[in-house]
Amino acid sequence: MEMTERHVMGLIELLYKMADDQLIIGHRNSEWTGLGPILEEDIAFSSMAQDKIGQSLALFELLHELGEQDPDTVAFTRNAEQFHCCQLVEAPIGEFNFSIVRQYLFDQAEALRFEMLMASVYEPLAMVSRKFRGEIKYHVMHGKTWIKQLAEGNEESHQRMQEALNEVWPLALGIFEEGDYEKEISEVNIFAGEAALKSRWMETVVPFLESCGLNIPQSDAVTGGRHGQHSPYLQPLLDEMCEVFRIDPNAEW
Amino acid sequence: MYGSAYIDPNTKFDGYLAPGEDPAQLAEFEARIAAGDKIEPRDWMPALYRKQLIRMIEQHAHSEIIGSLPEGTWITRAPGFRRKLALMAKVQDEVGHAQLLYNAAETLGKSREDMVNDLLTGKSKYSNVFNYPAVTWADSAVIAWLIDAAAIVNQLANSKGSYGPYSRALDRICAEESFHLKYGHDNVVFLATGTPKQRQMVQEALNRWWEPIMHFFGPPDSASQHTEVLMRWKVKMDTNDNMRQTFLNMYVPKIWDLGLSVPDTELRKNEETGKWEYTEPNWETFKQVINGNGPCNAERLAVRRMAEEKGRWVRRAILKENTEYATPLS
Repeated sequence: MEMTERHVMGLIELLYKMADDQLIIGHRNSEWTGLGPILEEDIAFSSMAQDKIGQSLALFELLHELGEQDPDTVAFTRNAEQFHCCQLVEAPIGEFNFSIVRQYLFDQAEALRFEMLMASVYEPLAMVSRKFRGEIKYHVMHGKTWIKQLAEGNEESHQRMQEALNEVWPLALGIFEEGDYEKEISEVNIFAGEAALKSRWMETVVPFLESCGLNIPQSDAVTGGRHGQHSPYLQPLLDEMCEVFRIDPNAEW
Repeated sequence: MYGSAYIDPNTKFDGYLAPGEDPAQLAEFEARIAAGDKIEPRDWMPALYRKQLIRMIEQHAHSEIIGSLPEGTWITRAPGFRRKLALMAKVQDEVGHAQLLYNAAETLGKSREDMVNDLLTGKSKYSNVFNYPAVTWADSAVIAWLIDAAAIVNQLANSKGSYGPYSRALDRICAEESFHLKYGHDNVVFLATGTPKQRQMVQEALNRWWEPIMHFFGPPDSASQHTEVLMRWKVKMDTNDNMRQTFLNMYVPKIWDLGLSVPDTELRKNEETGKWEYTEPNWETFKQVINGNGPCNAERLAVRRMAEEKGRWVRRAILKENTEYATPLS
């Protein structure tokens, strides 16, 4: 099938939400630097944050090739309603249980997304997905190791993990909020779509969490992020992120 | 960053040998050091050597972890992808240095937990420079360039020291610090050659940081016997004044090259003596800050305490009791 304007718009929508997700979760993960429960976790969260920010940069570069503005301008000058990230990534780091459950659920979704995108007909995206998949494998391992250890650690840590899962789950379901071009991007094999991704994710995370003795909450997805409706946490995050850049966007920093 | 071999002049040691220590073993120990051997964790060493090293390495480790706070606040504000990625990696390195250093100190018999507790109760110190705020983005640039540069001067000297695990940790740390210094310099160059606003930011930051930088190496060395024995044992490798001179000689010309000024009208190199002359920084301020009265002491420890408290349940759930770490990472 030939690529029409709507297919390209679908591709741009997909790239924006992925790039924004990576940028915002990377920003949040970097906030653990200096504050982790053990030094090794400051270092681990920083590594993951660097990968995420690097991935978002690569995706913004793909967007730039498709005619969008340069990565710095796009990342550092938009307001919250122009962002397409899911609300999961916007939430503050909270306590370690929240951050680690978010990290696993988000990264498992991304790992599967990249795996699916390796077969994308849009070759630049397939290429970066192959690269990202190698990086994110370790993020998933990190999340699983911690969740298992803490869910099976002691009574307190088990309870905290269940509480975090209850809190994160509806936000995580929001990752799969559908965009306006799901049909278009799947019919030309750019991406099989959010529904397909979600079912693969459920097949992966549910058995793992249950094997750790955690109960899967019954809750509805928190959506809106993909369409510019965000939690109250995003705009303050952006104000902070862009504070220096906006002193003079034309200056070289 | 950020070791400092500052020796508190009020430290009391009861002679150089503890009761029961054998002078013959001491002679053998000193002969090994004089011959350039490294002392390893399981080797015999005088209690004073162990005590002073634990204190030094521990202070250095604390400085890395506390030092990640003033710069860390700028990770989330770094302007543009390039700076954001670089600053994240830089501060991560500093935390990694803390990990290496705590481990090196653990090989001498003090657990990381005990060291962290001593940090939180104020019993154990960290480098004074981190009790000052990083007010603007330019402060983070000046820290990355000049504080890291000062630390390299100090750490290059100490990497020639006699304790194997510390000396090897410092070799690795210095290699990473040299990247930080390049990052910091590049950052300062962009500001100093940028818009008037950027130039003003960086000059103001330099003005704020000059006295802490001059304080960094510690007060002029008193000719105490402790200094002498610690230098003989290659625990302390150079005098504070020598290291300050080395720093001034390397970096003041580079600062002037960028068209920036140093807030000390007396600062000049005496071509006859080859030494830099400068206004003595206020050492009373230095003492005040060491003793907890600097602008950010309370805040830094409060943040560390909060992190420790918030993370306690995690450590409790995963840490195995009675684990000993006698094998150095470096």
